[in-house]
Amino acid sequence: MSGYWIGLITILSINVIFAYGIFLAVATGQLNLGGAGFQALGAYAAAYLAMEMDQPLFVTIASGMIVAGVIGFAISFPILRLKGVYLVLGTFAFAEVVAGLILNSDALGGATGLPVPTFIDWDVPAIAAVIVAVGVFWLMSTRFGLVVRSVHDDEVVADLMGVNVRMVRVCAFALGAALAGLSGALYAHAYSFVEIQVFNASLSIYVLLYVLLGGAQTAWGPLFGAAFFTLLPEALRDTLPALKEAVFGALGIEGAATPPDESWRFVILGVATVLMMIFRPEGLITRTMVERLRPLNRAPRAARAEAAE
Amino acid sequence: MLLLQQIANGLMLGSVYVTVAVAFTLTISILNFLNFTIPTLFMLAGMVGWSLAFWGLPFGISGPLPWPLALAGGVVVAIVASLIVERFTFRYLKTRYGDSTEHAIPLVSSLGFLLILENLVRIEHGSDAQRFPGPSADLTLSLAGIHLRVPQVVSLAVVVLLVLGLVWMMKSSRIGRMLRAIAENPDAAGILGIETRRVVPVVFMLTGMLCGLAGALFAVNYGEVSPQMGEDIGSKAIAGMVVGGLGSLWGAVAGGVIIGLIEMMTIHWAGADTVQATVWGALLITLLIRPQGLFGHHAIGKGKL
Repeated sequence: MSGYWIGLITILSINVIFAYGIFLAVATGQLNLGGAGFQALGAYAAAYLAMEMDQPLFVTIASGMIVAGVIGFAISFPILRLKGVYLVLGTFAFAEVVAGLILNSDALGGATGLPVPTFIDWDVPAIAAVIVAVGVFWLMSTRFGLVVRSVHDDEVVADLMGVNVRMVRVCAFALGAALAGLSGALYAHAYSFVEIQVFNASLSIYVLLYVLLGGAQTAWGPLFGAAFFTLLPEALRDTLPALKEAVFGALGIEGAATPPDESWRFVILGVATVLMMIFRPEGLITRTMVERLRPLNRAPRAARAEAAE
Repeated sequence: MLLLQQIANGLMLGSVYVTVAVAFTLTISILNFLNFTIPTLFMLAGMVGWSLAFWGLPFGISGPLPWPLALAGGVVVAIVASLIVERFTFRYLKTRYGDSTEHAIPLVSSLGFLLILENLVRIEHGSDAQRFPGPSADLTLSLAGIHLRVPQVVSLAVVVLLVLGLVWMMKSSRIGRMLRAIAENPDAAGILGIETRRVVPVVFMLTGMLCGLAGALFAVNYGEVSPQMGEDIGSKAIAGMVVGGLGSLWGAVAGGVIIGLIEMMTIHWAGADTVQATVWGALLITLLIRPQGLFGHHAIGKGKL
């Protein structure tokens, strides 16, 4: 495989894991706009252990996950008392505080960042992404998944039915934080370098958009959203210049068309977001859509059709 | 004396935050909507103002404009952009009740607009900071040994007048009463004959105007504009709004000033790198200990409009 595809698969796997981390919180109705903070925690924990203590790979990655998970668990108790806009602001503030603290920490390299000695190829993130995806699909099919859905749809009724709403939210939030930390640890090893400027507010925004645009009702949503919006810029890298040339050609403008600005890809992401919120605010992949496509449901319908004959 | 000077600087810095924080708090209190386009509108006014002053009107209609006219143009563009945002974040949205992430729909839309507007400006003008050809920022005024820059004092006065006008409007004018009725209960307001669709754009117009003025004041005060200038101001304004209390105009004023002071004190004692941690720490602590802030209401965020 060429370096281009290796890079693409690596970032795709990391984004998928990251998106699942945010998805778990969003699936219980908690918008987590602090994803970059948890990813930074995982990345720096892994980088620090690898750099300063020479720990082997699986220790650093596991501890990146655990550090983010434990901090997510600890912070979830006070932070999940907040609702709606306040929760969004609280998680956002958390990410900024994490970034601010790391920026001022000499042990973690401050503004210059930390090099990471152990390098991983594309296979580790890819395997991790598959495991995480399968795990989340399984989790959503269990009783816990059902409870998560009930809390998302109506917390009062869920509470009346005996669901421990608070505990479900805390668990989902902490597990999501751990997954975000895992994606950070993988990032640290795959890119051999961490710097806090990468884990900025835009990253938190993008990953939340992946989840919400893909759809937070089923585990297919974040997978699709992360894949689509990671691959879309790559696809546009070739099609946009061609498109521009075609437009210029049609308008009869002569001369060498300079390749369009990189920023156009973000404009397109923004336009997609606005249109999605108007036409399909529940995300691209919804529960009804998945159920309609599932072969298991088709079988009884076929049987019924036969019985009718 | 140095400390007093820093406090004066903090107050001046706070005045820009106050204007943007008031814009944030206005949309939250009336529409329960955290409008992430606000920092972008602020940036848009500054960048368009610069562009008009440096290049002039597009398509060669005119040469470079004098700076007050250019800034006025920037403010107008910010208002128009804000009204476009209103169309796509509020007017055309399907709302269903009962879903706990439903309040996020306009918020997510506004994140989309943030990406669109910021990157369009980047495509047009590049990412570099530009020098704004405004009045000299060196005009200083000495008061008992404290140096104040004249444009800053003027903008502080403008901000105070603006907030006073806004408070009067919300309290006593017809449109203000309509807006408060919508904030209280949009359905009941509709039954009582308030045309929500006609009145809501007023909020966005005010938002655009406040952000535009803040951007213009920033350009005059600091003599520099860039496509990134909204991010920092926006985050400080959000912090100020939360510390003061969501939905309270005077809270936003107090919060903006407090954040300005915290920032200056942090720089004074701990250095500029610590600012991010202290400002957002103040926000986080406020949210955890007293979510309603200094002057906020408890009712915010309970599912309106």
